[in-house]
Amino acid sequence: MSIRTEPMTVNIGPQHPSTHGVFRLRVTFDGEEIIEVEPIFGYLHRGTEKLAEERNYTQIVTLTDRLDYVSSMINNQAYCLAVEQLMGLEVPQRAKYLRTLTAELQRVASHLMGIGFFLQDLGTLGTPLMYAFRSREKILDLFEMLCGARITLSYSRPGGVFFDAPEDFWPALDQFLADFHSEFQELEQLVLENEIVMVRTRGVSLLPLDVAINGSVSGPTLRASGLGWDWRKMAPYDAYDRMEFDVPVATGGDNYDRFWVRIQEIHQSIRIVRQCIQQIEPGPTRADVPLVLRPEPGAEAYGRVEASKGELGFYLVSDGGISPYRCKIRSPSLMNLTVIEHLLVGWRLADMIVTLGSLDINLGEVDR
Amino acid sequence: MDCVLAPDNILHDTLLFRVIYEWVGQLLPCGLSYAVAGIAIMLLLVNGVLLGAGGFSWLERRLIGRFQNRVGPNRWGPFGALQPMADLFKLLFKEDLVPRGADRIVFTIVPVAMMAPVVLMMAVVPFAKDTALANLNVGVLYVLAVTSITSIAIFMAGWASDNRYALFGASRGVAVLISYEVPVVMSLLGVVLVAGSMALDDIVSAQTVPFLLVQPMAFFVFLAGTSAELNRTPFDLAEAESEIIAGYHIEYSGVKFALIQATEFGAVLTSSAVMVTLFLSGWSGPFSDYLGWAWFLLKIGVLAFIFSWVRATFPRLRIDQLLAFAWKFLLPLSIINLFATALEVYFLRNDAGMLTTNDLWLMAGINFGVAFACLLTFGTLIQDKVRPAKSLTAASLSSPEVG
Repeated sequence: MSIRTEPMTVNIGPQHPSTHGVFRLRVTFDGEEIIEVEPIFGYLHRGTEKLAEERNYTQIVTLTDRLDYVSSMINNQAYCLAVEQLMGLEVPQRAKYLRTLTAELQRVASHLMGIGFFLQDLGTLGTPLMYAFRSREKILDLFEMLCGARITLSYSRPGGVFFDAPEDFWPALDQFLADFHSEFQELEQLVLENEIVMVRTRGVSLLPLDVAINGSVSGPTLRASGLGWDWRKMAPYDAYDRMEFDVPVATGGDNYDRFWVRIQEIHQSIRIVRQCIQQIEPGPTRADVPLVLRPEPGAEAYGRVEASKGELGFYLVSDGGISPYRCKIRSPSLMNLTVIEHLLVGWRLADMIVTLGSLDINLGEVDR
Repeated sequence: MDCVLAPDNILHDTLLFRVIYEWVGQLLPCGLSYAVAGIAIMLLLVNGVLLGAGGFSWLERRLIGRFQNRVGPNRWGPFGALQPMADLFKLLFKEDLVPRGADRIVFTIVPVAMMAPVVLMMAVVPFAKDTALANLNVGVLYVLAVTSITSIAIFMAGWASDNRYALFGASRGVAVLISYEVPVVMSLLGVVLVAGSMALDDIVSAQTVPFLLVQPMAFFVFLAGTSAELNRTPFDLAEAESEIIAGYHIEYSGVKFALIQATEFGAVLTSSAVMVTLFLSGWSGPFSDYLGWAWFLLKIGVLAFIFSWVRATFPRLRIDQLLAFAWKFLLPLSIINLFATALEVYFLRNDAGMLTTNDLWLMAGINFGVAFACLLTFGTLIQDKVRPAKSLTAASLSSPEVG
């Protein structure tokens, strides 16, 4: 005798503990298996691109903080690179190093959060998350020393950085690096070879390289599918051309690989931070820029960085006024979401949550 | 009036009951004092379990706080020990919502139906010398029968809530409970074989060597099976917070929610109590005639600590992996254990059908060898079964060419 069954449609989100913000997925289940997925977003839409047309070039920096609010340092950097291209500004060496250093610290903080919540989605009670946040707190403390803010930093400014690092920042940074090694090792020992983590994530939600490329996927998600594409290597900006680091690449494209790539990137970021400390030299931290920036009419620029989630780009068009005529933001989280249907259909409810965690999306950036 | 309990009364051996009965019997008619003593005992039991649940919830939150580099609740009372009271009062004053589409009656019965098995289980557990409220001669069967009420309660909650998350939770919960019942029962048969009785009192007195040593594999299976039935990580699928938010009790609020939470914490304690009785020689220990309860509580504490530790450490399994773990790993282990124990008992028992302490030690030695071999073999086998067929990733570090 066969039992009559019918598919069941469930709204996962916008109020759900594991959607990383106000993301909504309308999912049709056959039992626990997913047969249809429809992502719905826009719950956090604040019209950043339009707002940018109303503000002057320095004010927009604060808007970029609120895009991917767990890696605002990198957002600032990307925007400032675009403005500098637009204006043809030359950034002082020390500012370049400071930007590289803070961007890498921010990448560590962002990845720690990504890993922590990925493991939270796997069903841990928060122990790995707390381990990750212990280190993230210290990075935020360092940022507080630099610019007084912890989340919405606005540290990079067109032409350099907001302020030189205070005297006591450098010993504090050394102390952080000394502590971080053992703290992160504890986290790795807890989860990296954990049998349950392996069983739950290996071979789950595969993302083949061709699908990833067709979907414009970038960042750790792309590198987990087997392509070592990293803008820090491909088109070095700021001080990355003087840094020595590896690009972690995994070939499986499953949830474990995306998690593994992030863990390895944290090691590489720490390597870059150490090199920055060695190479940085005293000097000015901001170029002489006018109070109000007025680029040439018709000037265009595209500032691009390797953000913690992928390629983050700002495309600016000027009409000669004090605000940009158009500011287009290419956000990695939104682009990485394009493959979500391919990743989820055919897998189970429990895998779906983990896959969403492995993409490490941020809704501030998806909705803008 | 002097009321004396007849020797053939089922409650005759219960010291506490007899004392209350005879004391009240001096004032009231015998029939009435029988009822009064019964209600007094029931109140003691229910409140004892609830108080224990509150205490354990505090303890676990403090412990997990420590595991996670946090402080845990520390505001109200010494070391935050009154936190459960604060939580309870907050929940008491909350609105008691029933969803519009819910089946009101079933929805309301659920918290009670969940609480019942937890309290009922304690009725047969001896927590000191001569203190089991009812020394049933089928105590083990009774415990197993009563615990399976939980699966009905979970299904009732999931069905009556009219919520799809709750339905997910309920179907998962029932699947888990039914699957894990089998290995748990099988593992207990070994204990019953060695003890030669199903009465929990006899099982305690049979443990001249704790059955943890005599039946290591049964203990392992029982521990794993119980944590699955208790819905605790890594087996907390029925209420997986990150997936289906709270599972079957997603719609519960106020007092009902408080009762369900109390049940969950209380169930850990009562399951630990059963485990202590079956495997850790119950209340016995040095000076157990007077300090039996202290030994009993201490052993419960150790087991509860292990439960909290596991809960704080592991991620959750997926439903198919969880069921595979029950059917492909725990069940064979418990069957092997049962056969090994049956053979050992058959060959070692004396003419009266009894086992001496030396026999128990011998069995402990053999069973440890068997357990080690089986865990190793089945551990390797299950690895291949639950791991996906896809070959492992060759991850690498590389420096792509700049260009």
